[in-house]
Amino acid sequence: MSYRFRGGVHPNPNKELSADKPFVTLQPKGEMVYPISQHIGKPARPVVRRGDLVEAGQLIAEADGFVSANIYATVSGKVKAIEHRRTYAAVPAECIVITNDGEYRVKEGVGVEEDPAGLTNAQILDRIKMAGIVGLGGAGFPTHVKLAPKDPSAIRYIVANGAECEPGITCDDRLMREKPEWVVEGMRCVLRLFPNAKAVICIEENKPEAIAAIQKAIQGDERFSVLPLQVRYPQGSERNLVHAVTGYYMESAALPASLGCIVDNVWTLAAIYRAVCFNEPLMERGVTVTGEGAVNPGNFLVRIGTSAQEVLEAAGGLKEETRKILLGGPMMGAAIPRTDIPLTKQNNALYCMTVDEVELAEAQQTNCIRCGRCIRSCPLGLSPQLMMEAAKRGDLERFIALHGLDCIQCGCCTYTCPAKQPLVPMFKLFKPRAMAYNRAKMAKEASK
Amino acid sequence: MSGTALLVITIILLAIIGVVIGAFLVFAGRKFAVEVDPRESAVREALPGNNCGACGYPGCDGCAAAIAKGEAPVNACPVGGAPVADKISGIMGVEAGAIEKKVAFVRCAGTCDAAKRNGTYVGIPSCSAAQAVPGAGGKACQQGCLGFGECVQACEFDAIHVVNGVAVVNREKCVGCGKCAAACPQHLIDIMPDRSKYAVQCRNTEKGVLVKQQCDAGCLGCSLCVKQCHFDAISVTNNLAQIDYEKCRSCGLCAQKCPAKIITKRVG
Repeated sequence: MSYRFRGGVHPNPNKELSADKPFVTLQPKGEMVYPISQHIGKPARPVVRRGDLVEAGQLIAEADGFVSANIYATVSGKVKAIEHRRTYAAVPAECIVITNDGEYRVKEGVGVEEDPAGLTNAQILDRIKMAGIVGLGGAGFPTHVKLAPKDPSAIRYIVANGAECEPGITCDDRLMREKPEWVVEGMRCVLRLFPNAKAVICIEENKPEAIAAIQKAIQGDERFSVLPLQVRYPQGSERNLVHAVTGYYMESAALPASLGCIVDNVWTLAAIYRAVCFNEPLMERGVTVTGEGAVNPGNFLVRIGTSAQEVLEAAGGLKEETRKILLGGPMMGAAIPRTDIPLTKQNNALYCMTVDEVELAEAQQTNCIRCGRCIRSCPLGLSPQLMMEAAKRGDLERFIALHGLDCIQCGCCTYTCPAKQPLVPMFKLFKPRAMAYNRAKMAKEASK
Repeated sequence: MSGTALLVITIILLAIIGVVIGAFLVFAGRKFAVEVDPRESAVREALPGNNCGACGYPGCDGCAAAIAKGEAPVNACPVGGAPVADKISGIMGVEAGAIEKKVAFVRCAGTCDAAKRNGTYVGIPSCSAAQAVPGAGGKACQQGCLGFGECVQACEFDAIHVVNGVAVVNREKCVGCGKCAAACPQHLIDIMPDRSKYAVQCRNTEKGVLVKQQCDAGCLGCSLCVKQCHFDAISVTNNLAQIDYEKCRSCGLCAQKCPAKIITKRVG
């Protein structure tokens, strides 16, 4: 029997709406907006000025510090402004706005095929860094930081995350089916950096075509293997993948490198392939438009910076009864109040719902009945019910003692709660406060 | 031994123990007495006793100790204002100096009628939760009052209430302790001198055209007020007017000229 982790839930995978739709390349028409913060870490620093002419693949904002990432123009045109615009963030964020001239001129030297065999390891890492690649699964952690652990020889596994456990989203699945070589070649580039590492490509069992395509692409290479995983949410979380591959649970607050693993999303690997072998910065990514509210659900290759409105229009627009649009999947995505916001490196799906499930849940909300379902479903073994009580009281000490800061906000507890308690929203609200409290406490202790 | 004798001995024994312990306590009380500044307890009596922490000390006890030691000025309590400062200066024997009453002011006029909406917020009914989601609540303006009343919960003087979707301060009751300002996740509340009559009732830093799309009561950043002011008290930064309360003489010229009618004379 295939691997199964502790806890988790089994929501309706709901992939049939878009799983069989091949990628459609979307050529944006309107203006492009690039928030300078599309990653974890320090926002990038704009290097263009208003009125500058830019080409696709030209650097427009450069990484400011080690944990930061470059941002590139993805169309040719003119820099219209550098100003605060609405993004998916709560408050307007600083963005570079480029008017699209519709010619899609590409900067010289970008997209030229080159044999990576002639590159040294340092050059490969430098190309990944220059290309502004971040974790494309959604977290947006700069990849060059992840690929530069203290001791590269201690890394035993490079894990490709193709689990795609989030309901509805199919862009990883389509990538593995249509361009398995992108993933595998990207993995080969990464493997060169780690002499003792093996490649493991993790895919949930409900994607047999993807498994077959990847298996075909890795044939004959002993360093590669495919690991089919049981269909269960959140199978694609870093911790669960590390456990599936190594058989060990990661410690609280540990990184996969502590167990000799590096986990990268399949789209990140594809971006690495294009950066290393084609000298092409991160300019486009797969985005799934799905849900009952979309007229023609499908998968799109979207240039970063395209407005969500254009992507929705490419999918035939919205049905009249659409109630809610999520950026991301139904388990972890966030509702957006408007569609004129840009898609960034971190956005992998637009999920259009005809039923606002949060509103329904709120109407049915009752007091906690202490059934313990949340505890059974938590993939980390936390006690969401006790954490919720602590959060409601505002008891930061207790919340931290219950390992509330380890919560990955996967949403399993909220999904399974029969009393419809807003568990994860509360933790999301409370975690930053608890972290600030922890930091203040540590600073106090350090000064003693 | 007869029962009577036992009773008498018990009473005598207990009386002796009582006297010995009493004597020891009197001795210990004199020997280990802690010097208490009589002024400290007097100052403590004079303070309002809300333990609100607005002075920056841990409660009224902490404030009283600091005043008695001379670490804090006699007008350290912003809540009590001039009357309390006068009393304390009498106790401490120093001049109170001028104390200015301060009040909270909510810089948002986006009531349910004025603010346009671009969605319905569902979820935990609290300002911080609404602020964390994309779009920050249901109002089109992302920088306005969210109306879930975290400031109301923070206020210990019942001086702030949410009226028609926006928090409103009752100037009579407000003591200017600043707890609401600290609680507001949108940082909308200014603590301003009570004598200043005019304030900009908006915090939106977006361009005027966008503000107009979001709210009927928003600062457009047109700078007309800056030109009106004779005292150089108004500046516009990030498309938002800001009155320097130190320089403002409350003449009201800016409010007359403001096309958005967003520089308002505070009532109450």
